[in-house]
Amino acid sequence: MIEARFEGRLGDFTLDVTLSTPASGVTVLFGPSGCGKTTLLRCLAGLTRLSGRLRVGDEVWQEGRAFTPPHRRGVGYVFQDAALFEHLSVRGNLLYGRKRAGLGADAEFDRLVHLLGLEALLERGPGKLSGGERQRVAIGRALLSEPRLLLMDEPLASVDAARKAEVLPYIEALRREARAPVFYVTHDVTEAARVGDRILLMRDGRLVETAERPEPDAAEAGERRWLRERLRRLGAEELAAELAVGGTPLTVAKLAVEALHAERNTNETPENSR
Amino acid sequence: MRIAALLSVVLALVLITTPALAAGVKVAVAANFTEPAKVIAARFKARTGHDATLSFGSSGQFYAQIANGAPFEVFLSADRERPEKAEAEGLAVAGSRFTYAVGRLVLYSKTPGRVDAKGAVLKAGRFNKIAIADPKTAPYGVAAVETMRKLGVYETLAPRLVQGASITQAYQFVDTGAAELGFVALSQVVAVKGGSRWVVPATDHTPIDQQAVLLKTGANSGAARAFMSFLKGPEARAIVRKYGYEVP
Amino acid sequence: MSSLADIIWLTLKLAGVTTAILLLVATPLAWWLARSRAWWSEVAGALVALPIVLPPTVLGFYLLIALGPNSVLMAPLQAMGVRTLAFTFEGLVIGSVVYSLPFAVQPLRNAFQAIGERPLEAAATLRAAPLDAFLSVAVPLARPGFVVAAVLAFAHTVGEFGVVLMIGGGVPGETEVLSIEIYKLVEAMDWGRAHLIAGGLLAFAFAVLLSLLLFDRRTGRPRP
Repeated sequence: MIEARFEGRLGDFTLDVTLSTPASGVTVLFGPSGCGKTTLLRCLAGLTRLSGRLRVGDEVWQEGRAFTPPHRRGVGYVFQDAALFEHLSVRGNLLYGRKRAGLGADAEFDRLVHLLGLEALLERGPGKLSGGERQRVAIGRALLSEPRLLLMDEPLASVDAARKAEVLPYIEALRREARAPVFYVTHDVTEAARVGDRILLMRDGRLVETAERPEPDAAEAGERRWLRERLRRLGAEELAAELAVGGTPLTVAKLAVEALHAERNTNETPENSR
Repeated sequence: MRIAALLSVVLALVLITTPALAAGVKVAVAANFTEPAKVIAARFKARTGHDATLSFGSSGQFYAQIANGAPFEVFLSADRERPEKAEAEGLAVAGSRFTYAVGRLVLYSKTPGRVDAKGAVLKAGRFNKIAIADPKTAPYGVAAVETMRKLGVYETLAPRLVQGASITQAYQFVDTGAAELGFVALSQVVAVKGGSRWVVPATDHTPIDQQAVLLKTGANSGAARAFMSFLKGPEARAIVRKYGYEVP
Repeated sequence: MSSLADIIWLTLKLAGVTTAILLLVATPLAWWLARSRAWWSEVAGALVALPIVLPPTVLGFYLLIALGPNSVLMAPLQAMGVRTLAFTFEGLVIGSVVYSLPFAVQPLRNAFQAIGERPLEAAATLRAAPLDAFLSVAVPLARPGFVVAAVLAFAHTVGEFGVVLMIGGGVPGETEVLSIEIYKLVEAMDWGRAHLIAGGLLAFAFAVLLSLLLFDRRTGRPRP
């Protein structure tokens, strides 16, 4: 189990979160921008220090005055902007954390490089990669460091729609591949639905709702309905919803908001949305 | 418009007449002569009404500037070599050169009792560093070397010499104690109380003649010629003596 | 009196030793200045920058006192029989390190600041302890800063005049450097030789600068 409690102020923003999730699978931190999901992720990593406590499995990473610094936690962190080391090649980046975990370019390295489609890019400098490629390297780098926790901060936010479609399957594969529990931050409903085993909805620095993924064989429409019902119940109209139809993301925005309003008033569920 | 014309006429008159009433003269002065030069300039103004604008620096630096067209009209050097060269190179008015002050060399230490009245400390030699001005560039340095040779101690003391680029530097080395003693100018210590000193007999070294010369730029300036005359006169000579120099 | 070759060698030795020491001293100082949020780090920064605005002869004068027999700072050395560090090569090195310090710290500080927090956070999450992250990420990323710092410190020391004038004393083999030599030649009205040496110095400085910058350009590629 992962148990965390953080409270504190950063500027004029207050975070007040208590969470308890299983130490396995993908936990999505979902909410509008500014709700504190990145702050929470950074607290889990130890990059931001607020008062509270954090227990991951049987390791206590923060309690009272005790605080394990990030370099001793073994968290693989995928930043929104990839944050690759510009002075190292792709290979150098991938091996940076792995070497410090006492391992090298072994079979596991080859496997993940293959899984992420990075063979052809190994000797390139980060400056010569596309946005999607940079993110794949960032994910690979974090995975290869043998992390205790994998933390991903909106990895697809700075990637265009076409690239997103390219990278999302890799991320979905993470649900199977990552042996460590994953925390995945996003404001995108599609990603949340496709990637998460459970979704923690955040708003204004607080955790307001937890939703568990329904049975694995539920139909896609059923998944969408499940998520929309949750959102509606919380009155989260201001969230722009992106719903996938046949795998292609569509922006619903205003129409969806109106539809959600209408739903709440009449209690009817539209079959699809545009 | 009429007022503007009237003002211009008045201004022109003022400008034309002012030089005749009181002119300026630009003087380049060797740094070691700074204090007496200021006093002389003040008395000069009181006597004649002319303003002497003084610039202080090293003689070598001034020579370089004068040779390259600097607007000095009178040059008070720390030696005779540079005024001689100025005359030879046609930068100065022939025949205007004269000795305005004669420097005296002093072996001085900030520590009382270190330097005896006869300079025997040089032979006894119990010190680490002795400061002199660089003989290549300063006449006081040349005089110091000559004095040491005359006493037969130059070879022994050579490894312990530290050279200041100017006599001012040499004095600073001694004043801060970095060098236990050194050959400085009498004018530098004439007003200093304490320490110990030996005024080197003038016969022990080549005279440190400090010469002045009227430069070509000042040849037609009444004020410049007046300054040169004043410098030769009794009032200026008294000031020069008061500051630790001799006059020929 | 030393030969011209001796003087040139001494000048290069002084600049080289000073640059090496400066890189060691300036690096942690610049790192701290770049990252500290304490208000008094600004005070420290201003102190470090002082030699830029102080006239070199003023700096040299205070060094003369600080390195002399009446100085508190010299007390431990005096116990070992050293009267003054003026007129020694070691004294010149100390003077040069102080004089050229801001020229080494400033470019390094800017380079470290330009790196930002992100690469270091990434390194920490990848199990790099602070010193490890500094050496394996910050230093390589700040390489242009190191090149500029080294070049500036070296060139600045070769051209150092006012400070050497005050604490040098023209001791052969210890403090006879090129800048003083040129000054002396001009003072002694030996302009021909002065032109020659100054011209040589200029050519040398230009060659050093050029080769250092070319070297940096050619080896600036990412490494595995």
